[in-house]
Amino acid sequence: MKRRSDLTAGRLAANAFAYGVAIFLLVPTALIVPMSFGPDRFLKFPPSGFTLEWYAAYFSDRDWLDSTFFSLRIAVLTSIVATVVGALVSLALVRGRLPGKPVFELLVVGPVIVPNIAIAIATYLVFDGLKLTGTTLGFVAAHTALAMPFVVFTILASLHRFDADLERAALSCGASPLQAFTWVTLPQILPGIVSAALFAFIISFDEPVISFFISDLDHRSLPRKMFEDIDYNVSPTLAAVATVLTGLTVLALVAGHFAGRGRQASPGACRPTSGN
Amino acid sequence: MTARPSRFMLGGRTYSPAASLLLATPFLLVLLLAFLLPLGMLLRESLFVPSFTVEHYRRVFDEPVYLRVMYRTIRISALVTLISLLLGYPLAAMMARTRGLMLNLLLVAVLLPLWTSVLVRTYAWLVLLQRNGVVNDLLTGLGLVDAPMQLLRTEGAVVLAMSHVLLPFVVLPLYATLRAIPDDYARAARMLGANGFAVFRHVTLPLSMPGITSGCVMVFLLALGFFVTPALIGGPQQMMLATLVQQQVTELLNWPFAGAIIGVLLLAVLGLMIVFHRVIRLDRFVGQA
Repeated sequence: MKRRSDLTAGRLAANAFAYGVAIFLLVPTALIVPMSFGPDRFLKFPPSGFTLEWYAAYFSDRDWLDSTFFSLRIAVLTSIVATVVGALVSLALVRGRLPGKPVFELLVVGPVIVPNIAIAIATYLVFDGLKLTGTTLGFVAAHTALAMPFVVFTILASLHRFDADLERAALSCGASPLQAFTWVTLPQILPGIVSAALFAFIISFDEPVISFFISDLDHRSLPRKMFEDIDYNVSPTLAAVATVLTGLTVLALVAGHFAGRGRQASPGACRPTSGN
Repeated sequence: MTARPSRFMLGGRTYSPAASLLLATPFLLVLLLAFLLPLGMLLRESLFVPSFTVEHYRRVFDEPVYLRVMYRTIRISALVTLISLLLGYPLAAMMARTRGLMLNLLLVAVLLPLWTSVLVRTYAWLVLLQRNGVVNDLLTGLGLVDAPMQLLRTEGAVVLAMSHVLLPFVVLPLYATLRAIPDDYARAARMLGANGFAVFRHVTLPLSMPGITSGCVMVFLLALGFFVTPALIGGPQQMMLATLVQQQVTELLNWPFAGAIIGVLLLAVLGLMIVFHRVIRLDRFVGQA
């Protein structure tokens, strides 16, 4: 039932502008993909040919591979640790009589409110003293803290949507509390847990700021390695790395979308890593 | 919450305070190690090294070099916020009117950049803005300029790239706010004789104020502490707060002063959060849009 007045010149101009903005959001990253297949030493658009040279360079370079696998390991561990830790505290927040609950709620949002540069510098100061820089433990701890708000909010949302009567029914049918949780509650909140794990993975895998400071010479995360390369020698290999990284992110998002059946998984999340 | 039986207390049961604390202990340990303790130690450096002093904080405001960086950081952040709002509002408004496949495509356009590595997006701008890059090709091709311009290491480039990176943060809360406004209001205003602009000016705009505030505060906060994009796109002449802190730490090992700059940044962020905590729906950023 659109009225004619909806389609004024003003509205049309506003829509055209809005589409322009949507394209503006996508274009810079989208242009990198074709450029990464171009043979030009100085990336050109349109590329003057087709080559896989830069991908070959990426996958045969020790430094790039080391940092990629280091980041992958950290991201997988962060994803597991953050999901378990986040699920436990979410249960305490939703179902427990948690003493000092407001303090915990404040702590949950802390890492999104405090600028990443502040967390990064502070973590560097303390980790340097504790000999945690460049270690898997250090990275996983730092990234778990950073992912906490996203993990907890996602799991809380699925707990709040869960129909408690189902669990009550299981209990009254003779299930033990543990059985009821494992067979009734857990499958219900599983989509939320899976998307939380994927969020944590992405947050850790391309976290640039804390990684910048707590990497050391031998253990550099992929974002730290990218940062150095962008700063010192902008080679087309970077375009290949950027394309692979973006592809991985898209894959994780699609997986999250299906895991969450498109509900809470819609990653309408501002991620701490964007604050950089 | 414990007073009335709620659907969140499964099976009518709640965990005892002791059990709840036990469940929250791993969380507490992680945040202690990687959040609270570090921030506490850094602030201690800024105030108690060698003994209690506000000297480091005074230095932040006394020396013109640092004042200039702070002023520039605030100016760039404000500009980025304004640009994000001007670009983001029409997009959010159209998304609020759109349904179906088109809406999903637009959501992807907003969410994909949000989740793409900030380094990838910054690198993309670096490539586009270089001397023989796409933007210069376009400008010379259209005859707008005679020779390729120096675009990188200018404040304009920093503002452009930061606006691009932060734009989704203003679009998402605006979209949520605008979509919650019932169509009836605009229809009623039209029936009373308002034209399109009057409807926007007197109905839509006032009702979307919470979204505007929320998005703008978020973008401004994130911009204040932005590190990657200004560090890579800007030069020394465009240095912002985060790069200054990095320099103090990695090059000069001046922890107390770095701590003081962070202290000032934290005060600003905390102040904004306290003033605007009613409109900032963090769950809207963290979790579901």
